Amino acid sequence: MTGPGLDIRLVACAKTFTDGTRALEPLDLDIAAGETVVFLGPSGCGKTTTLRIIAGLERPDPGGRVVFAGRDVTPLPVEKRDIGMVFQSYALFPNMDVAGNVGYGLKVRRIPAVDRRRRVAEMLEMMHITELAARSVDQLSGGQKQRVALARALAVRPRVLLLDEPLTALDAKLREELRIEIDRLLRNLGITAVYVTHDQAEAMALGDRIVVMERGRVAQVGTPREVYLSPANPFVARFIGTLNVVSGEAADGHLHLPGGRLALNGAGSIPASGRLSVAFRPEAVAVIPLINPGDQPHPDGGLIGTVTAAFFLGDHIRLVIDGAGESAIVALAPNHHRFTPGDRVHLAVDGGAMPFAEG
Amino acid sequence: MDRRDTPFLILLALPAVIVFSAFFLLPLARLVMVVGEGRDGLATYAVVLTHPRYLESLVATMVLSAGVTAVTLALCGVVGVFLTRNRFFGQRLVVAMLTLPLSFPGVVVGFMIIMLAGRQGLIGDLTQALTGNRLVFAYSMAGLFVAYVYFSIPRVILTVMAAAEKLDRRVEEAARSLGASTWRVTRDVIIPGLAPALVSSGAICFATAMGAFGTAFTLATRIDVLPMVIYTEFTLNANIAVAASLSIVLGIITWVALAIARSLAGTTVSAAA
Repeated sequence: MTGPGLDIRLVACAKTFTDGTRALEPLDLDIAAGETVVFLGPSGCGKTTTLRIIAGLERPDPGGRVVFAGRDVTPLPVEKRDIGMVFQSYALFPNMDVAGNVGYGLKVRRIPAVDRRRRVAEMLEMMHITELAARSVDQLSGGQKQRVALARALAVRPRVLLLDEPLTALDAKLREELRIEIDRLLRNLGITAVYVTHDQAEAMALGDRIVVMERGRVAQVGTPREVYLSPANPFVARFIGTLNVVSGEAADGHLHLPGGRLALNGAGSIPASGRLSVAFRPEAVAVIPLINPGDQPHPDGGLIGTVTAAFFLGDHIRLVIDGAGESAIVALAPNHHRFTPGDRVHLAVDGGAMPFAEG
Repeated sequence: MDRRDTPFLILLALPAVIVFSAFFLLPLARLVMVVGEGRDGLATYAVVLTHPRYLESLVATMVLSAGVTAVTLALCGVVGVFLTRNRFFGQRLVVAMLTLPLSFPGVVVGFMIIMLAGRQGLIGDLTQALTGNRLVFAYSMAGLFVAYVYFSIPRVILTVMAAAEKLDRRVEEAARSLGASTWRVTRDVIIPGLAPALVSSGAICFATAMGAFGTAFTLATRIDVLPMVIYTEFTLNANIAVAASLSIVLGIITWVALAIARSLAGTTVSAAA
């Protein structure tokens, strides 16, 4: 099928729009051949601008360069870059049926009709939409439309696939289904893929590496594990997953909070005393229900708080707990426990609390 | 519908029925009868097609209208898309100027063409100075052609701009990412996207050009377009039966053009939805 993808190098790619707004600060990034890189960030962070610069739909500011497999493609327009694109709005051709859409790139490349039909059939089969071939595109559901768009982009065997929030317009169940499909495709085809999303779950599931962006700058580049477990700054930590941040007075190796104290172990950079914030993920909290009103926090470190909300989510229970820190703490508990608002619980934070500089 | 409502509904429809009958059906019936009562009876309709002068004017009018429609659509397609895609200083003024002819009656447009390309016109002065020969085309089909294009532009350009505004730029980008050149994108994406607007505004442009009278009348009495022929047959030659049959033929052609456009626009609209 599609040959191995090519490597992409972005050199000092910045983008200033004609009205003077800086959409992207100079960005340097190497994307390996066959790698899937996900640009993740809130809207307006520059992720789509970066994608469009790679595509050739936007020119970087003078000085910026886009290099495909060692070849500088900066002056080349999108139609000469040999890429595939998938858009949030599907962007199918309304005046063509499904087969016409999928075969369009081949037609533009003057592939003979016989080969074109064979390739289109192959693509439709790969996306499990063979039975839709003769349908008009306005008769398709959102999920079907995006399958057609993927088939269309891949039919021309591009060496780079660019996806701009392809799942955002779909409902949750379809999104999950198509995400698995896209993951399978990217692995099987070995194509270099750049994927833009604001959904961190999608980024975690699909990315070999994630580029977290904030206000036109790269906040962190790393594998999903790195970005989640050692976020480079508070923005990344808050953006990826849920994060509890508690502040209190540090003294004798502990952080003193309204509901007890937390042991400050590990990191040597922690000051011995003074005001300090630490952060921890909900899954780092061990929750134990308390029965006796007189129970005290564990002497080695622990907090006591009151459950204000409990959400049974099937595989676990999500708890919101007040009184332990100055603000509410989110914790996960195994699903065999039963919690009701008002229950008193004991919280122990597993070693992984990170010192946290408020940004 | 409830059966008891029927009398009430008929009552509601009555004013419309009366107006429609009085001002459309009755005159039309009278027109048909006039043709029948003429010297040649119903054979008068055949005269329109067999008599060289009438046939020539019918063909000339249709060719002129089709030409005006084609040129106006091409012009407005390009300019309309450009004006929706580009923001520049004075853009609103350009749009306002382009829609100005809407406020002029045909006579004024004819007058303007004479000022431009008539015997004392601007183009005449200019060509005189440059080549020594005066270029004068106001009093011919060419003058009429320019005049019709001029006053067709506003109707078409406003429709095209409204349609161009709604085109999804992502679809064009998708086509380009698949390797389509600018020309290919225009042919495969932009024109199909604008097709419903082009067909419907083109039909109105054609119908207006078929029936326009004031401009032709201002420019010259010799121009053999169908409305002028009807006028001369009716007022100067008192050939009322022929004038009536020509009127009916003109009406039918225009109506058919609009009907075809409506059905075409209907299918393309549903395909584009």
